[in-house]
Amino acid sequence: MTNETLISSASAAPPADSIIHFDNVVKRFGDVTVLDHLDFEVKKGEKVTIIGPSGSGKSTVLRILMTLETIEEGVIHVAGRPLWHEERNGALVPASEEHLREMRKEMGMVFQQFNLFPHMTVRRNVTEAPVHVLGLSKAEANARAEEYLELVGLSDQADKYPSQLSGGQQQRVAIARALAMRPNIMLFDEPTSALDPELVGEVLSVIQRLAEEHDLTMLLVTHEMQFAQRVSDRVCFFDKGRIVEQGPPEQCFVNPQEERTRDFLKDWLNPA
Amino acid sequence: MFGFEWDTSSNWAFATSIFPILMRGLLVTLQATVLGFFIAIVLGLVLAALKSARLKLISWPARFISEFIRDTPLLVQLFFLFYVLPEYGIVLPAFLTGALALGLQYSAYISEVYRAGIESIPLGQTEAARALDLSPRRTFGVIILPQAIPRIIPALGNYLVSIMKDVPVLSVVAVLEMLNVAKIIGDRTFNYLIPLSMVGIIYLVLTLLAAVVIRQLDQRLPKRGIPLK
Repeated sequence: MTNETLISSASAAPPADSIIHFDNVVKRFGDVTVLDHLDFEVKKGEKVTIIGPSGSGKSTVLRILMTLETIEEGVIHVAGRPLWHEERNGALVPASEEHLREMRKEMGMVFQQFNLFPHMTVRRNVTEAPVHVLGLSKAEANARAEEYLELVGLSDQADKYPSQLSGGQQQRVAIARALAMRPNIMLFDEPTSALDPELVGEVLSVIQRLAEEHDLTMLLVTHEMQFAQRVSDRVCFFDKGRIVEQGPPEQCFVNPQEERTRDFLKDWLNPA
Repeated sequence: MFGFEWDTSSNWAFATSIFPILMRGLLVTLQATVLGFFIAIVLGLVLAALKSARLKLISWPARFISEFIRDTPLLVQLFFLFYVLPEYGIVLPAFLTGALALGLQYSAYISEVYRAGIESIPLGQTEAARALDLSPRRTFGVIILPQAIPRIIPALGNYLVSIMKDVPVLSVVAVLEMLNVAKIIGDRTFNYLIPLSMVGIIYLVLTLLAAVVIRQLDQRLPKRGIPLK
């Protein structure tokens, strides 16, 4: 199969109301196929959770969207534009770094390990990119930081360093940092997996508030089933790089259709 | 020597009379140390950058040069610079040649210090910066480097001390550093014990002092990176 046929067969425009659109996407790490001809779609404003066993490719979907991983085959559209390709003379060619920079503005990401900058204060963590990427003045960026730190309930911690905060607080700062770039899409990659159990709640309630009060498109990878049920419009169950089952949370969590889903959720469906 | 006379009437008088002479030698030792170190940290940075270049045409020769420099004796490199370069019309004073040899040798070691310091920063930092759309330059300069520097500086301090201890090698090309001065005094007075012992003691004092300074520096450096206001 040549690149040529691949690209032309995959260049159909996505439906107008979809903000994320995966068309036949393949991702491999060496011999391991992580995403296996994946078709996947998220509509504008939709809150989608991705669940599934580890190694099923859930995080990879987010990392590919954030341009932290490349793809081998297929086309992804974000906000109507190809993410990893650029249109040139009617054909799709691999994207340049400028195109990727442009596309990243659509998205913000929250990581499992927070990845705050440890040598910067909370305020500086939140203002660094608005000042140096969006070109905001210091005062504008500080006002914006104030706004989002307030939203995550941490306006009194702005002058502290990340190491002086609890894990839950650090993750909330990371959420504020991503929001301060005013993305249209928020990607949450297992945002509570690195937290002590008693700190999970504060982070989830911030995410739930975001989901309920903002028209952000949200894509969450999580192991918190109860939370997924509460917060999402749609649940996608991933296994071996494909979507095995998807649907509204009532269906996926109460009455899953697929054997593989039932098996994965058996502890959740039939608590001991 | 250097306008000073030695007094051989007693051991103590001899020691005090040659002390200022040895200090002149020490000055040369320290100058060679500082110049060698400066060359090493600059050249080391260049080597580290070349070695991490994506183009193999650049990174492989840089790795080979770095490996070659580390695996050959300092004295061989010094002789090469001192005796071979003039055959090709490049004549440098002995002091400069010596400092250059020291700088070259240590640049290979120091390039590894830079590399290790930068690689010790978790990948998540780069990924977070990329997710925020920070430019690669800003990511390196403002996110990675300030966190790597506190891990690099103590190792650089240790190499500074090593360079100082290697300066006596320059005596073979007649640089008048401290050991060479002591040896000349010994040659002329037939008393080697006192000048050589003094050199040893002066070195011991200097390295102990340096160790204290490095430890203090290490303790004061912010472990999580240099705070940015």
